[in-house]
Amino acid sequence: MTSGAPHVSPQPGAVATPILEADHLQKRFPVQGSFGRQLTVRAVEDASLALYPGRALALVGESGSGKTTIARMLARVYDPTAGTLRFQGKPVQFAGGAALRDYRRHVQLIFQDPFASLNPVHDVRYHLARLLRVHGHAKTSAQATQQALALLQRVSLTPAEQFLYKYPHQLSGGQRQRVAIARALAVHPQVLLADEPVSMLDVSIHLDILNLLRQLKNEDHLAFLFITHDIATARYFAEETNVLYAGQMVEGGPSDEVIQHPKHPYTQLLIAAAPDPARLNAEGKRVDALPARGEIPSLVNPPTGCRFHPRCPHAMPVCRERFPARTDLGNGHWTHCFLYGDGTTTTQPS
Amino acid sequence: MRPEQSPLLEVKHLNVDYESDSGTVHAVIDVSFTLRRGEILGIAGESGCGKSTLAYAVTRLLNPLAEITGGEILYRGEEASPPGPISSSAGARVGPHPIDIATLSERNLRALRWSELAIVFQSAMNSLNPVMTIGTQIDDVLRTHQPGMTRQQRRERAVEMLRLVGIAPDRLKSYPHELSGGMRQRAAIAIALTLQPKIIIMDEPTTALDVVVQREILNEVLQLRDALNFALIFITHDLSLLLELADTIAIMYAGRIVEQGAQRDLYRHPRHPYSYGLLNAFPTLTGEQRTMYGIPGTPPDLRHPPSGCAFRARCPLAFAACATELPLLQPALPGDTQQVACHLYNPRLHAAPPATEDIAAAYARQSAGRVAR
Repeated sequence: MTSGAPHVSPQPGAVATPILEADHLQKRFPVQGSFGRQLTVRAVEDASLALYPGRALALVGESGSGKTTIARMLARVYDPTAGTLRFQGKPVQFAGGAALRDYRRHVQLIFQDPFASLNPVHDVRYHLARLLRVHGHAKTSAQATQQALALLQRVSLTPAEQFLYKYPHQLSGGQRQRVAIARALAVHPQVLLADEPVSMLDVSIHLDILNLLRQLKNEDHLAFLFITHDIATARYFAEETNVLYAGQMVEGGPSDEVIQHPKHPYTQLLIAAAPDPARLNAEGKRVDALPARGEIPSLVNPPTGCRFHPRCPHAMPVCRERFPARTDLGNGHWTHCFLYGDGTTTTQPS
Repeated sequence: MRPEQSPLLEVKHLNVDYESDSGTVHAVIDVSFTLRRGEILGIAGESGCGKSTLAYAVTRLLNPLAEITGGEILYRGEEASPPGPISSSAGARVGPHPIDIATLSERNLRALRWSELAIVFQSAMNSLNPVMTIGTQIDDVLRTHQPGMTRQQRRERAVEMLRLVGIAPDRLKSYPHELSGGMRQRAAIAIALTLQPKIIIMDEPTTALDVVVQREILNEVLQLRDALNFALIFITHDLSLLLELADTIAIMYAGRIVEQGAQRDLYRHPRHPYSYGLLNAFPTLTGEQRTMYGIPGTPPDLRHPPSGCAFRARCPLAFAACATELPLLQPALPGDTQQVACHLYNPRLHAAPPATEDIAAAYARQSAGRVAR
């Protein structure tokens, strides 16, 4: 049992180098409109981030903000329309085959829905052993069984022997998610991309899964990308938090800094809207005002400039014209907003 | 706190069973509660605790495999409620009060539903008819329940309803798929409000929505409640949401209400160890960063409920009596309005009731040797 601050210092040490870096990633999806028109969904514009060993970066945003798209580009489920990925300092070639398999040996994805991510006709051992064999960690069936047992123990599915031959339908949601985590660990990855790993699970289980992921992160020095719609969970799990709105990164920095002192109007809205009993007054009522309204715009025809401007209480004419450049606020905290600086160099086309 | 109002719905010792191939599932067991006029009652619990079944039972919309096996659902709709901003017109006449919904005939039920008692489901996409415009769906409700209204009056009412929930009137001609998730949920609320029911039941109405939209809809619901004075039963797994919305809260576990009380009391001092666990199951935005723990274990199989307290296998403070004796709802402390079904508060079985800090400490100790689920 640990108490006190669960995080290491918010700033990476001077020696830390990112293991996986994304520079100016952009993703556009062609979609078929009515009457055969070709439309484009501008899902992600200009996303840059860096993942460090033993540290977690949270991507926070509502549905349609592009957070899952970024994770899938990092997992190379699909290739970015523009931008580069660097793994261990070397540019990633967007090729398939052996190169892709080699990449996935280091970078693994954990999905949101443990009910859909496991194959219902195979038992737990199959899910783990197959990966162990494919990636050459186990040479024989006996070795695969041994390693599968060790993996189950690591994710606290004990006694492991009891779980080895169970089928997904015999497991609870939390147990399935643990199997999915064990499967991701099977290839000895250096980077884990977790896409809403607890949002489908019952509330009483959330913390256990988060604590397990944190323990693995610390033990194996894993670099984590943690995707969530819940900014409080981001604060709990990740040292750093980036906030996405409609495909644009609007703010980022050390989690506590971003959440206690949000600068971008969207981050402020997101935090004001989140339920938090700690903000109730003595009468049990919320005292803080809750301003803006509206929803994330269509990404087929997104607003020009800063995509938040139609909902922003502080919008200025310039917000409609171009997306603001990044303004550094100190302590590693940054935002893309004209309220905090007249970014003169536009970092993305709009 | 809102002034005490007269009871509108009294549920007494309600039991609901599901028949399955592998046995009878007791989904709702001996549940009693009172809903007052204009009150927001929140019901919280994990999936499978019976909270949705309870909602369906109260509206008698249970699926054919489920059956009310005992209890009463007394509806006292007769007392005149203060007029809302909408001109009230003749609702259904459902006889002298109180009416026991549990034994009402199908015909009388149809008159009661929508006009007195409406329900908003979790997925508005599935509860709205995909091939009818929003306007037609409101019109449908009015045509069925208020045959006296003219086409023009119905249209005016439909526009008024959409305005109330914050949808532009030109959306009357929209189909559900043309609306965003939040808009659809607003439309579902508008339809539920059309006949000015006295009770609205919302089953996880905002779970599928983003936080900002959820906040807007909750604010909308609170304003509408103040304007129209309907009573609301709000069902969710998210206790943090209820604490901001509800006047009173009931916590369900394994088919039973294990604790109920005013929202403020429940937040300040949850009495049942399960309530404490639920309240502390989500990270907070403010306050000190510390390692938190969930509730160990999983809910019991309701086909074979354990003896005594159903929570005892997961409870960090369980003692011998919990296995042998069934705890019943009783005042947590003498004379308290906060009620709890837990032997820790029974002076006959346990010396002194635990303080909130004691429950917290017990959870922390328990999490040291944690088994996965």
